[in-house]
Amino acid sequence: MAGLELLSDQGYRLDGRKATELRKVQARMGVFAQADGSAYLEQGNTKALAVVYGPHEMRGSRSRTLHDRAVINCQYSMATFSTAERKRRPHGDRKSTEMSLHLKQTFEAAVMTQLYPRSQIDIYVKILQSDGGNYSVCVNAATLAVIDAGIPMRDYVCACTVGFVDETPLADLCYAEESGGVSSLALALLPRGGQIALLQMDARLHQDHLETLIEAAMTACKGVSKVLDEVVRQHLQEVSVLTGE
Amino acid sequence: WRRWLRSASAAAFWEACCIVLVLTLSPLLFWCLTALIAIMLKSKTFVKKTRSGGVMKIVREHYLRDDIWCGSEACTECKQESTVLQKDACIESNLCSYPHYLIPDTNVVLHQIDVLEDPMIRNVIILQTVLQEVRHRSAPVYKRLKDIIHEKEKHFYTFTNEHRRETFIEREPGESANDRNDRAIRVAAKWYSQHLKMFESDTDGLKVVLLTNDQGNKQKAEESDLLVYKCEEYIKSLIANPELVDRLALSSDDKNEITSSKVLFPEHLPLSRIQAGIKSGSFLQGTFRASRDNYLEATVFVQGEGEDSTEVLIQGLQNLNRAVHQDVVAVQLLPRNQWVAPSSVVLQDEGTAKDDDVEEEEEEKLVAATLMSSMSLKPTGKVVGIIKRNWRPFCGMLNVSQIKESTRHLFTPADRRIPRIRIETRQASTLAGQRIMVAIDGWPKHSRYPNGHFVRSLGGAGEKNTEEEVLLLEHDVPHQAFSQAVLSFLPKMPWAITPEDMVRREDLRHLTVCSVDPPGCTDIDDALHCRELENGNLEVGVHIADVSHFIRPGNALDKEAANRGTTVYLCGKRIDMVPELLSSNLCSLRSNVERLAFSCIWEMNHEAEILKTRFTKSVINSKASLTYAEAQMRIDDTTKNDDTTKSLRGLNKLAKILKRRRIEKGALTLSSLEVRFHMDSETHDPIDLQTKELMETNSMVEEFMLLANISVAQKIYDEFSECALLRKHPAPPPSNYDILLKAAKSKDVVIHTDSAKALADSLDVAKVDGFPYFNTLLRILATRCMMQAVYFCSGMDSDFHHYGLASPIYTHFTSPIRRYADIIVHRLLAVAIGADSTYPDLMDKHKQSALCNNLNYRHKMAQYAQRASVAFHTQLFFKSRGILNEEGFVLFVRKNAIIVLIPKFGLEGTVFFDGKDKTAPNLVYDEEGPTLTIEQHTFHIFDKVKVTISLDDSNIQHQKIRMALIDPVISGVSVPAPDVGPQAKKPKLDQ
Ligand SMILES: [Zn+2]
Repeated sequence: MAGLELLSDQGYRLDGRKATELRKVQARMGVFAQADGSAYLEQGNTKALAVVYGPHEMRGSRSRTLHDRAVINCQYSMATFSTAERKRRPHGDRKSTEMSLHLKQTFEAAVMTQLYPRSQIDIYVKILQSDGGNYSVCVNAATLAVIDAGIPMRDYVCACTVGFVDETPLADLCYAEESGGVSSLALALLPRGGQIALLQMDARLHQDHLETLIEAAMTACKGVSKVLDEVVRQHLQEVSVLTGE
Repeated sequence: WRRWLRSASAAAFWEACCIVLVLTLSPLLFWCLTALIAIMLKSKTFVKKTRSGGVMKIVREHYLRDDIWCGSEACTECKQESTVLQKDACIESNLCSYPHYLIPDTNVVLHQIDVLEDPMIRNVIILQTVLQEVRHRSAPVYKRLKDIIHEKEKHFYTFTNEHRRETFIEREPGESANDRNDRAIRVAAKWYSQHLKMFESDTDGLKVVLLTNDQGNKQKAEESDLLVYKCEEYIKSLIANPELVDRLALSSDDKNEITSSKVLFPEHLPLSRIQAGIKSGSFLQGTFRASRDNYLEATVFVQGEGEDSTEVLIQGLQNLNRAVHQDVVAVQLLPRNQWVAPSSVVLQDEGTAKDDDVEEEEEEKLVAATLMSSMSLKPTGKVVGIIKRNWRPFCGMLNVSQIKESTRHLFTPADRRIPRIRIETRQASTLAGQRIMVAIDGWPKHSRYPNGHFVRSLGGAGEKNTEEEVLLLEHDVPHQAFSQAVLSFLPKMPWAITPEDMVRREDLRHLTVCSVDPPGCTDIDDALHCRELENGNLEVGVHIADVSHFIRPGNALDKEAANRGTTVYLCGKRIDMVPELLSSNLCSLRSNVERLAFSCIWEMNHEAEILKTRFTKSVINSKASLTYAEAQMRIDDTTKNDDTTKSLRGLNKLAKILKRRRIEKGALTLSSLEVRFHMDSETHDPIDLQTKELMETNSMVEEFMLLANISVAQKIYDEFSECALLRKHPAPPPSNYDILLKAAKSKDVVIHTDSAKALADSLDVAKVDGFPYFNTLLRILATRCMMQAVYFCSGMDSDFHHYGLASPIYTHFTSPIRRYADIIVHRLLAVAIGADSTYPDLMDKHKQSALCNNLNYRHKMAQYAQRASVAFHTQLFFKSRGILNEEGFVLFVRKNAIIVLIPKFGLEGTVFFDGKDKTAPNLVYDEEGPTLTIEQHTFHIFDKVKVTISLDDSNIQHQKIRMALIDPVISGVSVPAPDVGPQAKKPKLDQ
């Protein structure tokens, strides 16, 4: 039988969204009092928890110390129960190492590391439930956690995956779409300046389509940034109420 | 915490985290609306079995929205931009006197798609639930449904009910998926009826009518106050078009059918048991191929692992168990002691429509047949279930029932492999003698024949237009007039070359280019030139019509051409791949007009060695459009010395060298007799028939086309190793040559088949004294041993060799007007030389591979259609001739017949020796020879015989050329030579 129809003639996707619509984003900051910063974020059924420690002194091998800025250390992992099939995920497998590296690169581009020479910032992200767009959700969760930790950033880093079906870019892919043979692209953006922090794509895509796809990804990221901004403002309000200021 | 973190393993840390999380999250959860207008979020949860046997819970999001509109013109509530459903949706019906929209359920769409396609049925709401179910259950119906939806005049609207908040429902505990979908359809229908009620005053009481054939569903719908009818009921109530009733599919639950009949066939197993059986190895899955000659026999072709495949023989109605040609079926092998050999008897299902008593008789005949030839037993099996039906509408004729008032008749398809079909129609008397199309609806187990319904009439049988239509339909040749959408992409007339066209294009208008084609050719793809350069070398150019300039990737025109794949040439008729404006005018390289071309230009020395090759888009102005004969005359006429003639002589000289060199390398020159009809210009009836004769100039043009194709193939492969569209011709497996070797051996000639070169060489020296035609006959046989050449994508294959041309690489570049493959090759080449831009599908090897499959299929079917057309015209020709009396050669020897080739007409016919009467002559067949001894005379391959040729039109659907033996005279077998005369009547054919 033919595969799933990812985009109907009426313009609806499998889950009822239109091509440019994001999944519902729900988030909460400061979920984890012991850490310097933390955030929990759901994007549809993909759920991630991010925790930030630092900036603090270099730990472990001192040789990694940078004299002009802080080192960002990222660790990505997935819970055994995060996918439909329960799987033991050994720490540091190839996939999560790669993902950790991507996160590190993303945040090195966004965090103002030059303010903290010779120190280290740890970002731990865990996927609790996975339903597509793991990288983007991690970035978005980690952004909130970094803000929660009070570490200055150039701008929010917002990420989104975009796929290409029937000449139409689809924003924020869910797992069914990702596995449906779509060429997809993940983009992390600093929305205000429009700088790209990271662009990742390992599918084949014709050059002619790349521009439209990036365009769509940037629009989607800006959508995400609006939500994150709202979350941050709401959180600040609550905190100020609590502290009575 | 931090210290703890450092010492504890990361995993333990995270477990701790999660516990904390559960505690902290619950009280307050944020959520923000983004660009989404969705109001509600549902999770769809379902359980799925994994490959390892475990159970998996899958959760998917399901958004419900309020911005899905009703699509009705009458609506003032919805904020839709455009509407599909008309305000005055009037179909005159006895049942519904008010304007109404129809909502068919899934089964109505699946079974009554022919009715829905009728232009009369308009303003229909297709629910998403229905669309999805149809997609899941039948790909062909789904495609047809989508085509209807796209047709503007039909006013079919797709309502995405599963995502509209009010019409989404969840499956209840204990409810089956089918029941849930039926309920969803009812809920949506209810929503529509309430929604439309708001505008009642405006619309003369516009309503929705639900169509379902399911009794339970209908009842429940009535309970919730919906207007609901059975499909038959509704169609019969339509006033304007009573014929539509004939197109209704017969539903299997027709009561009158069940009462009187007994079960004739074993039950089909359900799909789940079939799958389990295939997994455990007790059943085999394969494609069912009915025998053309024996309606009680079929083979199931089982594709094994990799290359190997097996065939399972099926015999007898019970074992065939209602499978129809091309169905995918599951078979079970019978125990070895029940295996049989394929029968060599011709059995045609010609009895009148009876349901009982017939089969005993049939089985007896079959047993008798198998006993006779119980030598080579084959794996034999029975069909236990149908995995996928592959029914299409079939062409054929009606056998009108003897009972005058009867509305049920049997339909005999033109394709012998398809069983007869019972249909119900009131127009039997009009349809008798016409070719009609019928679709199968089902084959209940108590019915001897499948049930079907009338689709449309094609016209009177035997009429040339009708037969041509049948031929095109049966060979799946798309031949409808080009749609407006396609035509809209044609250039606007008057057309002229603009300065923009000249960018990246070379001006070659000054060159003396000319074209050489068969007489009457209006779609001229190619033109040539040859001139001497200052350095003494020769410049040779092949200029091909620049079709890809006019047909841009991905538009409707391009898609249509890609689907058609090739222009189909029938006798006296051409079915174009691209609209005539392009094929016969703008692309055709006619003389004395400026035309865009794609040129391949070589610099050669006088030994025809290529020194330089270049490709360029160009503009040319052909100086002459010649026929092969005209070109030949110019070359031979020593008094002529104009530029065109000089150019032709140069080309001819080089072509001879090229051909010699090609043959030295082992290219094959094979033979097939092609016939040409001289048509009467007014009636288009064939008035004369002759074999095509080849001139030097034919091979001159061919030689340069081959050279251009090879040069281009190399270039596009160098540039795009993954996605070059190439053509290959695989070497035939050695067993293919058996018949050729045996035939040659009978004349003491040895043929080597180890390589193409060895074959070509041994064919060249194969001669028998006093038998000049021997070599040609041998080459005809060799042609039959060859494989089919095919298109493929270079990234998907590793064997590129072209056996027949002895070339390591080959493609098609030179006929873009009539072959789609050439258009793709043009686009690739244009990108390679920077003359045009690329597009995604061109670089996608999977898409290109799929395209190749279609092109190969279309080419094969075009070839069959062409042969069938020649056969039909041959019949017309002999019909007007009465009985002829000709010499011929035995080409093949069979068990009960010889196949004779008449060189004069390029006609092949069979002389049968076992008549239907009892006095069959004594036949002895020897497989080694192969020889056939009849009484005292023995026939060998290549024997010269004399036969009578006549047309047997006793079966109007299957008219045939019949041959009967005159010489050698065998008493009781041969016939006396008839007086040849046009007034001669049809002879008795069997002895
Ligand atoms: Zn409405």
